[in-house]
Amino acid sequence: MKILVLISNVPDTTTKIRFKADNTAFDDAGVQWIINPWDELALTRAVELKEVGGVSHITVANVGTSSTEPTLRKALAVGADDAIRVDVEARDAFEVATQLATIAKDYDLIMAGIEASDYNGSAVGGMLAELLDIASVSAVSGVKVDGGNLIFNREIDGGSQVLSVTTPVVAIVQKGIAKEPRIPAMRGIMMARKKELKVVAPVSAEDRTSFVKFELPPKKAACKMVAEDNAKELVRLLHEEAKVL
Amino acid sequence: MSILVYTENWDGKFKKFSFELVSYAAAVAKQRGTTVTALSIGKVADSELEKLSTYGTKKVLSITDDRFNSLDNKAMSKAIVAAAKAEGAKIIVLAHNNLGKALAPRVAVRIQAGLETGVVALPVSYDPFIVKKKVFTGKAFAEVKLNTEFKVITLAQNSFEPVELKNSETIETFDPQVTDSDFTTTVKETNKVTGKVLLTDAEIVVSGGRGMKSGDNWGGLEEMADLLGAGMACSRPVSDEGWRSHTEHVGQTGKIIAPNLYLAFGISGAIQHLGGVSSSKVIVAVNKDKEAPIFEAADYGIVGDVFTVIPQMIEAIKEMKS
Ligand SMILES: Cc1cc2nc3c(=O)[nH]c(=O)nc-3n(C[C@H](O)[C@H](O)[C@H](O)COP(=O)(O)OP(=O)(O)OC[C@H]3O[C@@H](n4cnc5c(N)ncnc54)[C@H](O)[C@@H]3O)c2cc1C
Ligand SMILES: Cc1cc2nc3c(=O)[nH]c(=O)nc-3n(C[C@H](O)[C@H](O)[C@H](O)COP(=O)(O)OP(=O)(O)OC[C@H]3O[C@@H](n4cnc5c(N)ncnc54)[C@H](O)[C@@H]3O)c2cc1C
Repeated sequence: MKILVLISNVPDTTTKIRFKADNTAFDDAGVQWIINPWDELALTRAVELKEVGGVSHITVANVGTSSTEPTLRKALAVGADDAIRVDVEARDAFEVATQLATIAKDYDLIMAGIEASDYNGSAVGGMLAELLDIASVSAVSGVKVDGGNLIFNREIDGGSQVLSVTTPVVAIVQKGIAKEPRIPAMRGIMMARKKELKVVAPVSAEDRTSFVKFELPPKKAACKMVAEDNAKELVRLLHEEAKVL
Repeated sequence: MSILVYTENWDGKFKKFSFELVSYAAAVAKQRGTTVTALSIGKVADSELEKLSTYGTKKVLSITDDRFNSLDNKAMSKAIVAAAKAEGAKIIVLAHNNLGKALAPRVAVRIQAGLETGVVALPVSYDPFIVKKKVFTGKAFAEVKLNTEFKVITLAQNSFEPVELKNSETIETFDPQVTDSDFTTTVKETNKVTGKVLLTDAEIVVSGGRGMKSGDNWGGLEEMADLLGAGMACSRPVSDEGWRSHTEHVGQTGKIIAPNLYLAFGISGAIQHLGGVSSSKVIVAVNKDKEAPIFEAADYGIVGDVFTVIPQMIEAIKEMKS
């Protein structure tokens, strides 16, 4: 079984979000880039599956400019066997999925995160599955190999399910897929340098959406403080002023 | 040219979120001079389907084919597109929840639509079609233009109040023309949580962090949640430690919620935590450290010890209720 893990390159989760002067683009000056947290967990699970047998090869893929290569190298250090970068700036989820569809055909399991922490699209995994005309399972919190099939745990609103799916399939993963993201060891980092990172040219794709402008949320009014021994007053405020109790 | 809205049901019943969606679609339809058609998949009684009309549907297309019980993403997306085509709908609205997020991207590709997810308000404009959504996990908003003839959007929960209208609807059975090969997944097991307020439905959420000190100290918070009919949540370290179930973890890497009231006890307010709760209407923080960042996000706060404040709050709530 071959696994493709989709890797989105996103600002560190503690990044203070700022926009350029005309508010039409994210200001990435000084930003630290990381593997999107969900993708890091997906990759961790893929490596675990390979360790227990049944998985022969793990590829990681990103659609982005050369600036995303350090993130792909990190994914190689965590344990992927090789990497593919489609050389185009990612500007729209459909565009990204269209690029990925050209390289994703030979994999049995494709893993995507439930959302990228920057533009929060929750789009690429499902779009890719539709473009490839294959199954997709979303909100996946566990995966096991079962012969030629895959067994998924999936969260539904108000519960969970166990599913069996024949490959190929796109798994859109969330919390639970792996316990802790794997931190690359020194040996992994050394080996990653020698692994192949293939750069492929993009196909032409349509931008179906475009950002017009960004804004920061309005500043909150100062927090109204209540004395420690006056919980009664807090409850009164919530009841009478905020009207939420 | 109606607006199509997919209204998910839970064991044959709709939830407030379904009505938010219908009300949203009705408001869009009004601005566009058209009507709303809802698509329902699964066995739902007519009396329940009629509730949708209270919020503005003119027509309901109902699919009752049991094969859809597996919530197969491929088959469901195909069915939604078939319904949109049958209705000539150019705008399709789904919920920004687990199922909506799973279906909307497939629907968008299939019908060659632009997609925007997690929309928080009525469109900013229709020509061009611009919607507002949250980005950077709630740290900013963006206005996004959809450049396509067809548009698919998912609406964020609690961003549009359901409005009751005087209206009536027709109910039609709909055959989406799917074949067995469209069903790609087999359900082996389903586990439903019963008897608890679902975190994603809860209007009030009681939440605890590492300041609760151990897994043994949650009796007070549970009592408070019971009194308020609230859902329970926690910060990530709390679920990592196994003090509470993983299903209660909220934040960037957990559940994202937007209740009317979020009560945070012994939570510092890390940016990744706030990512999951910052859309709550009112946030209350109880923390012994007055410098804790949670107070910057909170509307009301007490600087104090959770173990002193929680019992007092319970008493005050009981008094208020009586
Ligand atoms: C200069 C600039 C301009 C942009 N303008 C726009 C715009 O106008 N409209 C717009 O929608 N976006 C825009 N983006 C965002 C960018 O295109 C996003 O990467 C893309 O939209 C997908 O993000 P998403 O939030 O939809 O991903 P999601 O669908 O939330 O991502 C889910 C999963 O898909 C996979 N994935 C996502 N992106 C990639 C990727 N690039 N490579 C490989 N796997 C991936 C990952 O597994 C991820 O966990 C812009 C970005 C830049 C840098
Ligand atoms: C990639 C990434 C993703 C993450 N995702 C999430 C996420 O989804 N959700 C999440 O919650 N975290 C997430 N985190 C972790 C996050 O950074 C914080 O570490 C975490 O939120 C802290 O949890 P806490 O507030 O419970 O604990 P702490 O930060 O330890 O805070 C405990 C608070 O309790 C107070 N306190 C202690 N004792 C008392 C007392 N007796 N009475 C009153 N107050 C008291 C302290 O003053 C302190 O402010 C993520 C981190 C990373 C790197």
